[in-house]
Amino acid sequence: MTTDSFTPADIEDDVNLSTGEVFPDRSVGHPVMQLKDVAVSFAGRTAVRNVSFDVRDRQITALIGPSGSGKTTLLRALNRMHDTVRTAKVTGQVLLGDTDVYAPSTDPTLLRSRVGMVFQRPNPFPTMSIYENTVAGLRFNGVRKKSLLDEAAESSLVAAALWDSVKDRQKAHASTLSGGEQQRLCIARALAVEPEVLLMDEPTSALDPIATKRIEELIGELKNRVTIIIVTHNMQQAMRVSDQCAFLLMGEDKAGELIEFDATAKLFSEPDDARTLDYVNGRFG
Amino acid sequence: MTTLTFDASTDPILERRRQIQGIARASVSRRKTYSKIALGICWATLVIALIPLVAIIVYTVVKGIAAWNWTFFSQPTKPEGIPGGGIWNALVGTVIIGAVATIVTIPLGLLGGLYLAESDGRIAAAVRFTADLMTGVPSILMGIFGYIALVKVFGYSGLVGAFAIGMIMLPIIMRACETAIRGVPGHLNEAGLALGARRFTIARRVIVPAALPGILTGGLLAIARGVGETAPLLFTIFGTLYTQWNPTKVMNALPLVIFNDSSSPYPDQLQIAWGAALLLMVMVLVLSIGSRLLAAHLQKERR
Repeated sequence: MTTDSFTPADIEDDVNLSTGEVFPDRSVGHPVMQLKDVAVSFAGRTAVRNVSFDVRDRQITALIGPSGSGKTTLLRALNRMHDTVRTAKVTGQVLLGDTDVYAPSTDPTLLRSRVGMVFQRPNPFPTMSIYENTVAGLRFNGVRKKSLLDEAAESSLVAAALWDSVKDRQKAHASTLSGGEQQRLCIARALAVEPEVLLMDEPTSALDPIATKRIEELIGELKNRVTIIIVTHNMQQAMRVSDQCAFLLMGEDKAGELIEFDATAKLFSEPDDARTLDYVNGRFG
Repeated sequence: MTTLTFDASTDPILERRRQIQGIARASVSRRKTYSKIALGICWATLVIALIPLVAIIVYTVVKGIAAWNWTFFSQPTKPEGIPGGGIWNALVGTVIIGAVATIVTIPLGLLGGLYLAESDGRIAAAVRFTADLMTGVPSILMGIFGYIALVKVFGYSGLVGAFAIGMIMLPIIMRACETAIRGVPGHLNEAGLALGARRFTIARRVIVPAALPGILTGGLLAIARGVGETAPLLFTIFGTLYTQWNPTKVMNALPLVIFNDSSSPYPDQLQIAWGAALLLMVMVLVLSIGSRLLAAHLQKERR
């Protein structure tokens, strides 16, 4: 297993000279999220384990692997979505900047406003208009200022390549949109909260090839704005969109494990592990 | 790798992120307070709702357990004012009437539920509506209906009582079966159709087996509801002091014993009524818990 990690010397903080406030380093490639020996189990049965890698700022990290390798389980551990499952247990450490995601003092709702999520199937809120869907996360987090809501709505709809087609019908119901548009609305909804990291769980698996292509293009454009971790069962997609790639595989006891983590180009051309080579060459999975 | 540093204080996205996270952090304590208040209200209402429930159960157990002894279970009821006696005849009556009602209504309810689940026509809508109405009809009407329609012609008997009880159970079973069958994924039906199976064959071999946990749960709950009903039996089985195994004759039943003895001025009869109430409660509890365990067991077996 290869893990690229940054030494502390790489981390330089920006300091706002007028306020003295310290902002985390925003240089591309700086690790925004660090996974250290992460494992998830349900009712004592391990679903995925041995996962350690750094997620780099404004880069796209793809999680690939066959069904049952624990990609989605791992992804959902990163914003504490497993909290709702009573039997789920996450061990190891997940760091978001300086925040320990699983520390008792970490508020899961605040954490999720920093780590957004887009799901397999588009899930816009059915009773809300396009506009209300876009700003839903902001409202949930207590934002009431109309100017801020409008600004965030426009900015995120533009970023989700949806603004031009919906700007004149923002009051319309989200259900009037096509499947691909609904998924882009969900991306806009996640972006509006301005998360630091965006988790995407097979965001194109319910879409047709044309809508898929648009979402993939979109993911590339969003890089400048947000760090993306994407689960995909489609190796071509991982190759097209991601900078780094984590390959997971189901072990003999049915628990998923991280086999290899590396730059996408290297992982797909000359991986260190023979199993990775077999998988990326389509010999199984 | 390209390293791109820039001034974080002027980046509009970062600026908005900082603003939003500030508002979110500031609102979190208010949201937590609201959450605690709401949770407190939920707990308070839960306790209020539980008080009468717990009171009924505790009171019945305390009063009823005193009546439970060998005589109580083995002896038939005695006439009013005569001490001693038990509920054996009523237990026999309840079990037989419940069994007859169950044997008749389960197949009818299953077929009816299957029809309702498979058909979206007007007749099905009318049947469904009627079934829903029937679950809401006061059970004393079922008793009066049984009295007018059957007792007037055939006389009092356990069978007429089973008919009245069945009238209560049938719509419950039917709707439970419909819900369970509708819960079976449609692609199983299509898989059957694509193999050239007839609809009834698919229903019998694929759909009903898949829906079995729900059907059995619904059935057991309907039985629990049926054996506890008093009003349908008031006008139909007449009541007797003898241990009657023949359902074509007048019978006794636990709810009837409770109803008759609880208004008696004699302490012995009151004691019997409490004991019978506890027994009925335990029977219903066993049926309800049994239905859940059975459903859980069947679900587990399929994984």
